[in-house]
Amino acid sequence: MTLELRDIVWSAGFRKIIKNVSLRVEPGEFLGLIGPNGSGKTSLMSVLAGIRPPDQGHAMLAGQDMKKHGRRKLARQIGFVEQQADTTDRLTAREAVALGRTPYLSMLSPWSERDDAIVNRALGDVDMTHMADRFWHTLSGGEKQRVHIARALAQEPKFLLLDEPTNHLDIRHQLGLLELVRELPVTVVAALHDLNHAAMYCDRIAMMRDGELVGIGSPADILTSENLRDVFGVEATIEHGPNGECAVRYHAGMKKDRAA
Amino acid sequence: MIGPVIGNVISSPVFLKRISVAFAALMLLAAVLAVAASVGETAIPVGTVIDTIANHLWDAGHPVDAIDAGIVWNYRLSRAIVAASCGAALAVSGAVLQALLRNSLADPYLLGISAGASTGAVSIVILGLGAGMLSLSLGAFIGAVAAFAFVTLLALQARRGTGAIILAGIAGSQMFNALTSFIVTKSASAEQARGIMFWLLGNLSGVRWPDVWLALPVAIVGLVVCLWHARALDAFTFGRESAASLGVPVRRVYAILIAAAAMMTAVMVSIVGSIGFVGLVIPHAARFFVGTRHGLVLPLSALIGALFLVCADVISRVIVPGQVLPIGVITALVGAPAFALILCHGRILR
Repeated sequence: MTLELRDIVWSAGFRKIIKNVSLRVEPGEFLGLIGPNGSGKTSLMSVLAGIRPPDQGHAMLAGQDMKKHGRRKLARQIGFVEQQADTTDRLTAREAVALGRTPYLSMLSPWSERDDAIVNRALGDVDMTHMADRFWHTLSGGEKQRVHIARALAQEPKFLLLDEPTNHLDIRHQLGLLELVRELPVTVVAALHDLNHAAMYCDRIAMMRDGELVGIGSPADILTSENLRDVFGVEATIEHGPNGECAVRYHAGMKKDRAA
Repeated sequence: MIGPVIGNVISSPVFLKRISVAFAALMLLAAVLAVAASVGETAIPVGTVIDTIANHLWDAGHPVDAIDAGIVWNYRLSRAIVAASCGAALAVSGAVLQALLRNSLADPYLLGISAGASTGAVSIVILGLGAGMLSLSLGAFIGAVAAFAFVTLLALQARRGTGAIILAGIAGSQMFNALTSFIVTKSASAEQARGIMFWLLGNLSGVRWPDVWLALPVAIVGLVVCLWHARALDAFTFGRESAASLGVPVRRVYAILIAAAAMMTAVMVSIVGSIGFVGLVIPHAARFFVGTRHGLVLPLSALIGALFLVCADVISRVIVPGQVLPIGVITALVGAPAFALILCHGRILR
């Protein structure tokens, strides 16, 4: 099964947020989406998730336009974890994860033992089984994020889309979460802020600037000093390891004209 | 294909359990209705009430005093059933709007409905609109629908999601309330003003059987429509986008459920006036007992709302001898402390 965008244009009001983006997510990969603030990452993620229909172009799932799939069918293939999704409701972690079964349930197919099993497995996948009965508001940021991912996994998706999943987490939880996501048997697309995380965990990286996709390829291809200067406006050296891995080392003292 | 599926659903233990719980709830409601019909200025034994009902439903032929039977059947029972329908409908509307708008302070009157109803009512009663052809209820209903349409258009025009609905509701309510005040202060006599005041706080005095045949079906259909979307409502826990990513057709669910809530509220308000407190607080009470899942919250809200309003109506009839108080006074006066108690207990229990 494939997930593909063809010549996508998406506007908020009169402002074009996404300009002619084409992109193909390969099955089984971890695709990172990077770009400065306001470059359209979040909008592109929602188009990819089928939540926002594009103004022009086609968002395709399994070779068919998403419009033809219908909401429920999409939700069985694509799990989406938004950037900030909180609630004041008093529900437990398990109940939050159980929401992931929504696209499978109806009057004629009510909650069953199979759904319980899937919820338990999803909780186990994110290592939250021991906290399943804790109330949502008692969970830490990292735990909430893992519950969100478990909810998406309970949808039994082929694609897991994560919009800046490591926001507000400390470094151990950031790395732990990305490690966890990488081990999952799903195709992952994640918008990431930290370029080193992208370098460490992604198979491929797509880079955006001003609503356009300006490059897609392996971390070593995308993360170059020139790209970081042009797209992010920062000076950095890329250090390459023996097995093709790379790391970004930023330089102190940004160029004056960019900082303005 | 469908047949065996339905068979499996019906024979599953969960379904059987739910049916028995629902049956028990209905029995409880029936018992409270019977007691409500027996209490009043003239106390009538519950046995007489049951005999009267049996006489009317299947010609049981029990010997019952004609005056007692008349009081029970024509006045108290119809009134109690309307109170129950009204309480259930307002509580369910409140629960639905709180879930959809992600705002625990949302209530059925947020959509401008009670303000519009009051404008409609005073237009009939004080301005004499419709030249005696329109009843107060019909005027209130037209006003309610007009205000709801105004708020909806405003919200759609703003296109800013749930925040826009709440703000549009406030704008609409303020405007129609101002219109009402304008009409009352400009044209009403003191007597009329008092009557309108009474009606605005909720008044079940004139309620008879024709009102039952309007209120009861609306409450039941509304509850069924909302229950049908219970899982979709659950999916709004983390907001609209999250609901969409869980496969919920957000716009359609919004349209259906807000229309259902508005319809229920408009009908109830036009029959009994705008009874406060029920739609705001009963859903919270229900959530304290059964958590956040709407498959449970909605029916329990309906039950508590119905019981609460029937009891409030009885209290409003008997608390001051020889005088009937507006039911809205009772709902707030009794309901607020009761809710405070639940709040405190809830905190201790968890």
